[in-house]
Amino acid sequence: MATLKQVARWVPSHWGAGHLVLAGFLALLVLAVSPVIKLDLVVNGLFLGAIIGLGAIGLSLVYGILKFAHIGHGDFMTLGAYFALFLLSDLFPRIGLTGAGLGPFTFGYPLLLALPLAMLAMAVVAIALDLGIYRRLRRRGVNPVVLAMASLGVAIALRGVVQIFWGGGTEQYPRVSKLFYRLPMDVRIPPDNLFVGGLTVVLVVALYLFLTRSKMGKAMRATSDNPDLARVSGINTEHILWWTWAIGGALAATAGVLLAVSQAQLVPIMGWRLLIPLFAAVILGGIGNPFGALVGGLIIGVTSEISTQWLNPSYKPAMAFLVMIIMLLFRPRGLFGAKD
Amino acid sequence: MDIIGNLDYNIAFVVVAAIYAVFALGLNVHWGYAGLFNIGIAGFFALGAYTSALLTKASADPRLFEDFKFGGNLAASFEGIPVVGSLDLWFVVALLGAAAVCAVVALGIGFLTLRLRGDYLAIATLGIAESIRLVFLNEKWLANGSKGLYNIPRFLGDVVAPRNYDYLFLVVVLVVLAILYLAVERITKSPWGRVLRAIREDETTAAASGKNVFKFKLQAFILGAAIMGIGGALFAYNVRFLSPLTFDPLLATFIIWAMLMVGGSGNNKGAILGAFIVWGVWTRTQFLPRFLGEPEFRLFLIGFIIVAVMLLRPGGILGEGRKVSRPAWQQKTASPET
Repeated sequence: MATLKQVARWVPSHWGAGHLVLAGFLALLVLAVSPVIKLDLVVNGLFLGAIIGLGAIGLSLVYGILKFAHIGHGDFMTLGAYFALFLLSDLFPRIGLTGAGLGPFTFGYPLLLALPLAMLAMAVVAIALDLGIYRRLRRRGVNPVVLAMASLGVAIALRGVVQIFWGGGTEQYPRVSKLFYRLPMDVRIPPDNLFVGGLTVVLVVALYLFLTRSKMGKAMRATSDNPDLARVSGINTEHILWWTWAIGGALAATAGVLLAVSQAQLVPIMGWRLLIPLFAAVILGGIGNPFGALVGGLIIGVTSEISTQWLNPSYKPAMAFLVMIIMLLFRPRGLFGAKD
Repeated sequence: MDIIGNLDYNIAFVVVAAIYAVFALGLNVHWGYAGLFNIGIAGFFALGAYTSALLTKASADPRLFEDFKFGGNLAASFEGIPVVGSLDLWFVVALLGAAAVCAVVALGIGFLTLRLRGDYLAIATLGIAESIRLVFLNEKWLANGSKGLYNIPRFLGDVVAPRNYDYLFLVVVLVVLAILYLAVERITKSPWGRVLRAIREDETTAAASGKNVFKFKLQAFILGAAIMGIGGALFAYNVRFLSPLTFDPLLATFIIWAMLMVGGSGNNKGAILGAFIVWGVWTRTQFLPRFLGEPEFRLFLIGFIIVAVMLLRPGGILGEGRKVSRPAWQQKTASPET
């Protein structure tokens, strides 16, 4: 019987991440033009993947810099989405800000205002949770698994907070139904997905510039690579952690709002349900690699959409899990992860 | 005051709390002794419950369930063999079957993830729990989908009148709990348990002492999962109705974590105590006035309890306590002056 290590050798060891991505894209291209796969699923899978990717970028940064699996990340998304709901359906109408159906989209211009506020709120919540809970455990020098355990408690408590204020039912942002765009080859795109795609590109470019050009971004990457070396080089690692949480929280809020817009509904369990795809994307991209996480998210999104052609759509989270398990078997460090 | 009614309520309470105590014992093997972070208890819970139900439940009436093909007709097809006197051995078979199925699934998951970083296991168990739930929800031929399985037979159901059945089942559950407690206590005091604690504290040192860390972790993961499977089987026999909705993460995973944390992880008595305390808080708080009694607030409370215990009293109520191996203890008591 072939052992796991022998099986893993089937992937040529000299293959770098570039080869794998290229092979993946080629496979996707072949599949997309073949009559086997509906192009519609591939295209809309990319938009779902962008949302997963936005959540996964923050998760991967936290994982890489704080070195623990932040189970509460899905519920960060939920809380961000519900905070925007509070603004859109409670606070804004009171000061006369209402509207839906802006241009081709289902939502109105208040959402463009609510989104940055939700990002800011989640950045603050994330930092506050770190100061109140994670930092205290860190100072005690606990094992990373204990931190992950604490974040499970945070996840449950956050969902409890959402349910205390909004109940357990489904909610909606103010919206006007719009017709889908019809493209050749039976591709139908909901107009909101253009917003999803556009915003993802803008945020990812901004994050790229931040991480590569700014001093703080460079310091973050240094801390992720080697925390001790970063500290002796004079980097204030506490500040790095704050920035990490702020970026992670803000991106999680964005992903939550976009998910609520594209699915046209909010439920308290929406973020928890996305936790498996999020972690799958992080592991696919290599822990601590934000752009790998985005690529991982896109792969997970497309794979789970394509699977609905043969499987019951409710198996989508299981597909993400399957992709993750295959990755753990053959290349546990991820597509772009550094060699140990 | 209705004393009999009150007594029935308390009996039902103890039965459920004792079943949760079985899960807490299983989780204690995972987290308390081996430091394995399993957040997919709901998966083993559902697997154990459905396995026991499918092993013993009579096949479905095809007129009622068009989709439900697999009746788990095993009990019916071997009728007559496993009944000794009035003791229906199918109950035992169901418990062991549930444990065996969970052990096999744990073997697969553990084999894939236990070589990797510790938190990969958490993600994998979360994934497997969701996958198991989806299978039971979607595969109608297997488990009747969202309509669920009902009329799971009672163990020794014809011995006492149905209205007194809870008393009998209480004894059954407590006997199973006692057996599991003694077994886990015995195992974790053995050299095997000592290696587990060593691995939990410092994997590298344990490996340097020549211990096969992966093998020990895998064994602990399988043992804990099997105990959870038995808990699931007891649950199925208690409620006698299973639906995929029963196994939501709150009541099938999170609350068990709160139980272990409160009672004291690494302490089997603590696990059982925590199960009774948290289940008591959970059932009594529903009578609190206003929003305090709402399930939403109690969800928050479970998360809050986990974080608060970790911050304020990491050891829980009982804490782990010092564990001394028996030879060392005998040596110490034999010669107190050394």
